[in-house]
Amino acid sequence: MKTRHRLIAAGIALAFTAGAAGSVQAQDFPNKSVDYVIPFGPGGESDISARLQQPHFKEMYGEDLVISYKPGGGGAVGWSQLNSSDGDGYTIMGINLPHIVIQPATKDVGYTTDDVTGIYWFHYTPDAIVVPADSDFQSLQDLIDYAKENPGKVTMSGSGKGTANHLASIRFDEMADINTTYVPFKGTGAAVTALLGNQVMAEWGYTTVGAQQGDKVRMLAVAMEERHPSFPDVPTFKELGFDLVGGAYRGVAVPKDTPEELRQKWSDIIGSINSDEKFKQQMLDGGFALIDVPYDEVPAFMEKRKAEYLKAAKSAGIVD
Amino acid sequence: MLGEHLAQALTPLNVLLALGGVAAGTIIGSIPGLTATMAVAVLVPLTFTMDPASALILLGAIYTGAIYGGAYSAILLNTPGTPSAIGTTFDGYPMAKCGDGNLAVTVACLGSVVGGLVGAFFLLTLSPPLSEVALAFGPVEYFWLAIFGLSLIAALSEGALAKGLMGASLGLLLSCVGVAEISADVRLTFGSQTMIGGIEVVSALIGLYCIPVLIDLVATPDRHLKVESEQRGFRLSEAIPIMWREKINVVRSSVIGTVVGILPGAGGSVAGLVAYAEARRAARQGQKYGTGEPGGVIATESANNATVGGGLIPTLVLGIPGTPPDAIILGALLVQGVRTGPQLFESQGSIVYTFIYGLFLATLLMLPVGLLVGRYAYKTVVTLPKALLVPSVAFMTIIGSYAIRNSVSDVIIMISLGAVGWVLARFGIAASPIVLGIILGPIAEQGFVQAWTIGSATGDLAGMFFGRPISLAIILFTLFTLFLPLLQARIRARRMPNAE
Repeated sequence: MKTRHRLIAAGIALAFTAGAAGSVQAQDFPNKSVDYVIPFGPGGESDISARLQQPHFKEMYGEDLVISYKPGGGGAVGWSQLNSSDGDGYTIMGINLPHIVIQPATKDVGYTTDDVTGIYWFHYTPDAIVVPADSDFQSLQDLIDYAKENPGKVTMSGSGKGTANHLASIRFDEMADINTTYVPFKGTGAAVTALLGNQVMAEWGYTTVGAQQGDKVRMLAVAMEERHPSFPDVPTFKELGFDLVGGAYRGVAVPKDTPEELRQKWSDIIGSINSDEKFKQQMLDGGFALIDVPYDEVPAFMEKRKAEYLKAAKSAGIVD
Repeated sequence: MLGEHLAQALTPLNVLLALGGVAAGTIIGSIPGLTATMAVAVLVPLTFTMDPASALILLGAIYTGAIYGGAYSAILLNTPGTPSAIGTTFDGYPMAKCGDGNLAVTVACLGSVVGGLVGAFFLLTLSPPLSEVALAFGPVEYFWLAIFGLSLIAALSEGALAKGLMGASLGLLLSCVGVAEISADVRLTFGSQTMIGGIEVVSALIGLYCIPVLIDLVATPDRHLKVESEQRGFRLSEAIPIMWREKINVVRSSVIGTVVGILPGAGGSVAGLVAYAEARRAARQGQKYGTGEPGGVIATESANNATVGGGLIPTLVLGIPGTPPDAIILGALLVQGVRTGPQLFESQGSIVYTFIYGLFLATLLMLPVGLLVGRYAYKTVVTLPKALLVPSVAFMTIIGSYAIRNSVSDVIIMISLGAVGWVLARFGIAASPIVLGIILGPIAEQGFVQAWTIGSATGDLAGMFFGRPISLAIILFTLFTLFLPLLQARIRARRMPNAE
């Protein structure tokens, strides 16, 4: 009995301090360094975009944003452990689409899409069809024509299965009524290497590939609403008559017991980094496309993406 | 022009960064679990405020030092400090066992310096043409390269091939656990959440190599390593003649290291293993690889340090990282606003050439730094009483396997694999074939699946697997490595029919 009383008392005390701390925290938050977990290995695009955020956070808030890595299971290891971290606002984690929709839909990975408390989606790397500069495919129509005459013979590298590249490949094949062969590689770097080495005829890549490889590659179309500012000559799929907009989206999530105030605070922080002119320019130069989906718009955004991905995954036979 | 870049690399700040970087890298690399990749990743934020060339020199120096530092624990504790040093255990630890630990450390240092210089030399002189090598290697070449690596098992387990194959099969099976890298299938997790991330290579290395050593240390009353009665310092007077005797080995291994470093799908561990296999194949009579032959240490150490320069070739020229630490360096470059690509050498030549000269400098500084740190490490491991040595090493194994991806389950996997490895060793199944399976399994699998997919699409499977020149060369080397020991035994038997 005695211990139970003590427990209750302690619980009440804790609740008070937590409540008090919550309101104080939001005001002078952050007052120590923040752990930014990337659920992939270093060097990938999730890492690079976090690295670009890092100095701006330090500049704006005077505290360090410490990036650490928790790779494994294509991100699943990190996301399944997200909610066991402290919800004090000092742990945030990178999140990716379509990963957090496709993974829990296809298998038991230790988390569900709704377990992940996204507070901001800040950019995406738009899907793009990339060919070597000396390829015979001058336009998207060339590729479609060739694929129509030679069903299955067009080999296209891409990063992994069930990924943005893979889903884009499935959706586009359906829209254009063609049949291509998708060859999964370990990450975008390997998929680009295969393209440059002429191991495949084309690549389902991202605009970042165009930014990095410059005049060694040609992008046939990008999956954006409007043309990418860094590539004014590359048409969008929409212009060419295919309603394909999307790519690999990246955002930030917090553990689920993070109080509302801090969720909102983080949404503001990421938003303010996103509106920094220098950051914007760095991201555009890298081939990224910025978007702003703050905390209150995240649910609607997720619903739309979920429907889109699950439909593509179903027709690919990844999800029943 | 040339002198200008050299002078820029030699500013007091850059020399200091190179020196500090190499020293820090050497120490980090010597701790199992703290890899070169991690060392570079941790330091990236510090470099944001520096000018690009200095930042790169610091990162390059840490990287170089860490790759060499992995040799210490490989030689003294039979545990590769980084995956690149796996091959160093084959002969380094037997050398240490016989009291030649300090000689092995010195030889490793000399080999690393030469390898590093050769890699940096190719980076300086032949980057653009050599970067094409990265592109010539397609899925099927990686598949055959992995098979070639697996053929090393035949050599490693001479006289007990069946056991070697059992070990390798176990390793291949372990490499399948978790979410498959390219097909995203979940395999062999038995419904357990903790297995989704698969078996992390570094924690497997620590478990399979280090835990059995620890168990044996506790179980036997002998000293860990044989101690000599007289201290003989660095034993440079012995090491330099050995290096001279092994000059062909050094050059061959350094070139292998450079080329494998250029291949984005391979890395330092594969480079060391391939160089070791080749050194063994070319062994002179009387050289007993696997039982304390300095040539084995030289081969792996010169090869793995040559991957530093080699790996930077595709990183700088193509924007495709050659090795995992290069991926981080590429990210750092991007943040610094440096555009990689073929035009980099012209447009931002001052940064690139200053960096390359800085890499030379760091590699040269590795000689004094490496020898000094190595001597200290050797003395510590040899003189530390068991009651202190075992707990401190055990502590390091736990920290190391946890740190690699901040995961407690990796520690549990490490300890379990260690126990399994110890039991298997009782039955004559060594750790190395298992590790070979774990490292090469995914490379072989991915290459096979991709080659099969492309081959089926183009309707030419046979041509895909057997019709490409590089593939054919690798297949020939594989057959050679596999059957050479058999052939040699035959010839020996025929020459001396009445020997026994």
